Amino acid sequence: MIYPIPSGTRDVLPDEMRELRSITEALRDVFSAAGYGEVYTPALEYEAVLTRGELAGARPAYRVFDENGNVLVLRSDMTVPIARVVGTRYPTAEPPLRFCYFAHSYRGVRPQRGQHREFLQAGVELIGVAAPRGTAEALTVLCGALDAVGLARYRVGLGDAALYPALLESIGVAPDDCARLLEELARGDFVGLEYGLRALDIDEQSIKLLLEVPQLRGGADVLHGPPGPVADAVAGLRAVHELLADGVAERVIFDLGLSRLPGYYTGAVFEVYDPALGIPLGGGGRYDNLLGEFGRSLPAVGFALEVDHLHLALAAEERL
Amino acid sequence: MSSTNGLVIAVPRGALFEATLAWLDGLGIRTDELRTNERKLLFSDLGLITMRPSDVPTYVAAGAADLGITGKDVLLEQSDSALAGVGRDVYELVDLGFGRCTMVLATTAGADPAAEALRRLGVVRVATKYPRIAARYFEDTGRQAEIIEVKGSVELAPLTGLVEAIVDLTASGTTLRENHLVVREEIAVCTARLIANPVAHKLKAAAIDDLLERARAL
Repeated sequence: MIYPIPSGTRDVLPDEMRELRSITEALRDVFSAAGYGEVYTPALEYEAVLTRGELAGARPAYRVFDENGNVLVLRSDMTVPIARVVGTRYPTAEPPLRFCYFAHSYRGVRPQRGQHREFLQAGVELIGVAAPRGTAEALTVLCGALDAVGLARYRVGLGDAALYPALLESIGVAPDDCARLLEELARGDFVGLEYGLRALDIDEQSIKLLLEVPQLRGGADVLHGPPGPVADAVAGLRAVHELLADGVAERVIFDLGLSRLPGYYTGAVFEVYDPALGIPLGGGGRYDNLLGEFGRSLPAVGFALEVDHLHLALAAEERL
Repeated sequence: MSSTNGLVIAVPRGALFEATLAWLDGLGIRTDELRTNERKLLFSDLGLITMRPSDVPTYVAAGAADLGITGKDVLLEQSDSALAGVGRDVYELVDLGFGRCTMVLATTAGADPAAEALRRLGVVRVATKYPRIAARYFEDTGRQAEIIEVKGSVELAPLTGLVEAIVDLTASGTTLRENHLVVREEIAVCTARLIANPVAHKLKAAAIDDLLERARAL
């Protein structure tokens, strides 16, 4: 008999599980050696807790009621639950705090290659170390983890989530319009971005700048720009880059257009690519305001790798 | 090295085919073999693959092609509002301007049967090849609709009483007129777009930017 499972979920059998295990074991060794303690939190949380404040993560897609009528959600990432853990379980602990996790999260995506509704993430959160030092540490652990997994050709895109909002604000774009334009950028709709900008009352030179900046990506030579928000972001990225060892620095591609959802990112953001795979392997960034929602105003940075994507990329690299 | 800078470009067959080839010619990309060989799909040494326009985003999203050309209608139909808030499948880089069409709501001429149905029955039946665009449009305009997906000639549906209205793409409006249908509302103007795989956009930045540079010089 065939008994179905929900769309976007899947069973893992021993051959695949062995390979996934060897990936997660390699990651765990790296995280552990760097001083990150493993945590696990419930897959089900109270919606009211997980979606606190304006800085909520990716909107949870699955909700249920418990016997008391509370709304429970399946977590959509691990960053917000860990922020809750820090506020609740470590209210007075001396920072920095280092946590890692291997846990499933849930999103209401359309199932396709590499997109599952239940997916395993491996990641770290570094709490209480500000930019640029915290960011550099996270990038170093990230590259160490990817090396340990055995990926040879990966690159890490590095950008600044605060750049474009600051740029729009400096040009005097109204907050409502900003939100719309940032969404176009996050979707990678540069045509929509251009039309959105042209519909506003902005001078031609500013439009040109606003269209060019998100296209700046590549080596350290993209790290220049006119004074103002662009120069500030560039200075921040340079400061991170200078702290990186050569082996990490050479993996970095600067990308001033990099914009990641969810919206809690406040500074440096990064995304991992492999030429063998058409989808990112994971990513992360600074979220300096999220912990404040849970009662501990600490700067923080973290990343999550999708274990299935690492596995796909490893298999794809073997074929090259 | 192919004339595409080593990039793989997905080229749509069908209505956008000729204009796409002309655009590629303008960039100095060799397309002669595509014109002469209608049955061949994969031109590896040219860096080009040909396919239905609606398949272009699929190939580009998966990274099987780095760049692709397709209509905004295809992108609108395939864009998933459930994905908003998570990320994106493909980057939309340039409005190429050609292949201009309009997505319209049309009904039979005379008294508007859609308005009549909405007033008396509370819901309008709509036939379309673009069920997501149609559903989203009626939702956004606060009207109730039963969307009926058809694969063939949409014009037939209102003439036979299957539906009161259609949502379809029209270039000149000739087919609508011939079937005694009139445009009631314009939903969106659709032109050809250049799309990119998000990972290729980062890792093959120099090659893609060089191509865009040449395109701007046209």
